[in-house]
Amino acid sequence: MKLEMKDQPGQLVAALKPISAVGGNIIAVIHQRETSTATETLDVQIVLELPEGRLPNLLELLRAQGVSVVRIGEERLLYECTLIMIGHLMHTDLSDTVDQIDRTGSAEVTELSLVMPAIDAPSSARITIRSTTRAEMKRAIRILRAVAEQKNLLIIEPLEDA
Amino acid sequence: MRIALLGFGSVGQGIARAILAKDLDIIVTGLADSRSGTIDAGGIDLLAALARKGDGGPCGNPGVSPADVVAKAEYDVLVEVTPTNVETAEPALGHIRAALQRHKHVVTSNKGPIALAYPELRDLAEANGVLLKYEATVCGAIPLIHAMQEGLAGNTISRLYGVFNGTCNYILTRMAAEGLTYEQALAEARELGYAEADPTYDVEGIDAGVKLVILANTILDMHTTLDDVERTGITLLTPDALQLAEDLDCTIRLIGEIIPGAGVLRVSPRIVPKVHPLVVEGTLNAVTVEADLAGDLTFIGKGAGSTETASAVIGDLLYIRDRHVQGS
Ligand SMILES: NC(=O)c1ccc[n+]([C@@H]2O[C@H](COP(=O)([O-])OP(=O)(O)OC[C@H]3O[C@@H](n4cnc5c(N)ncnc54)[C@H](OP(=O)(O)O)[C@@H]3O)[C@@H](O)[C@H]2O)c1
Repeated sequence: MKLEMKDQPGQLVAALKPISAVGGNIIAVIHQRETSTATETLDVQIVLELPEGRLPNLLELLRAQGVSVVRIGEERLLYECTLIMIGHLMHTDLSDTVDQIDRTGSAEVTELSLVMPAIDAPSSARITIRSTTRAEMKRAIRILRAVAEQKNLLIIEPLEDA
Repeated sequence: MRIALLGFGSVGQGIARAILAKDLDIIVTGLADSRSGTIDAGGIDLLAALARKGDGGPCGNPGVSPADVVAKAEYDVLVEVTPTNVETAEPALGHIRAALQRHKHVVTSNKGPIALAYPELRDLAEANGVLLKYEATVCGAIPLIHAMQEGLAGNTISRLYGVFNGTCNYILTRMAAEGLTYEQALAEARELGYAEADPTYDVEGIDAGVKLVILANTILDMHTTLDDVERTGITLLTPDALQLAEDLDCTIRLIGEIIPGAGVLRVSPRIVPKVHPLVVEGTLNAVTVEADLAGDLTFIGKGAGSTETASAVIGDLLYIRDRHVQGS
């Protein structure tokens, strides 16, 4: 997610502390130099990863530090992983396979390309999963592996993690 | 330096040809194949032995067995290059033990004994004051074991992964390039001599798995068996799957991976970006080692072949000669 704030002296430092206090992980700090207003303040964006449910807590702490958050952009699904599945995908209820991941609430299938071969031959699909955290992605892939085992599907994972 | 050569097939003959072609100061005093053997303290005529083999004959006399060569020939190093058996490692394992007990160094290209019995053999070699070397067992010509044992000594390896099987790599390369089915690509690999009549050992990832076990047990301080390797082969891959990868500028390769800290050994098809250094063509092998001091290193080279595998065996032999064999 993204926090936007005015870059007044001291604000950045004041903002960073509470983030780690609530278990957040800072991914990037971006200064918006092309800010249009003629004030002396610059906009600053902090891109961070936050454990589920900690946002109100963080905002509270930030307010207490006197940091004014201008905007909160929630890019909930930060991690992406694309896998390929081979097998009798339709006969084994592809929508159930997808559901099992979506049901986690913290990871979801955002893209699916299915190639249908000749009747009765195994089909191939590319599936993209997005998740809020790395741990959730690992969990989603574990679920997919288990489903694949049970439905006798082959899962091809990427060489590198999400 | 005097060697006894057990096995006179692709690798054994490659060694003989290299000895004939180059001034390596190696003489062969014992030689055996599955049906025959010969012992000659003055040096066996390799050209004649190659000719006999070329005519489909035995390399020596039917009355001399491989065990006779191991027990009776006068040699400094036993070179064991007979077929791999991943279940029992025999008869190679017995021959290697016997040679070590005779205080003879051993160099082998045979994965069975190293994957199954390395700690025992290493201790036996040490107790007898000799060396056991096995560079050719993993990735043919690539000096991976030497690099890890010597060049990267002092590094901690956090991950090692790569293409360990040339047959699978050839099949996947052809499926991606021509849209062939697995069966078509396998048939082509067979015609070119890249795949055995029974390709199970390669295409089910067993060969790659055994190589992981060797690296894990002999270099990474792990204690594993083939059963510890999570293993998926390439037999179910479809041209559609390769196309789906291609759409993302990726391809699919059979990757062997070891993560020592997590105890992970796995062989499975993986999606790899086409620009990745491990995406090598044809029968090549490629391995990336992640080392704490050295950073990432990638080795690429021929994983099999008569001369290429002989290169690894000869490297081991000269290593031993330069350090341990007196009066040669
Ligand atoms: N070829 C490669 O590129 C390569 C690469 C790396 C490692 N390796 C390993 O190197 C070893 C040799 O491979 P290769 O390709 O040379 O095999 P190969 O061409 O099949 O030759 C095997 C040789 O061993 C002989 N042999 C079989 N059983 C024997 C026994 N019980 N006692 C003595 N000799 C016996 C065979 O005798 P006959 O001639 O009478 O049949 C033949 O001469 C294998 O363990 C293989 O896994 C090979």
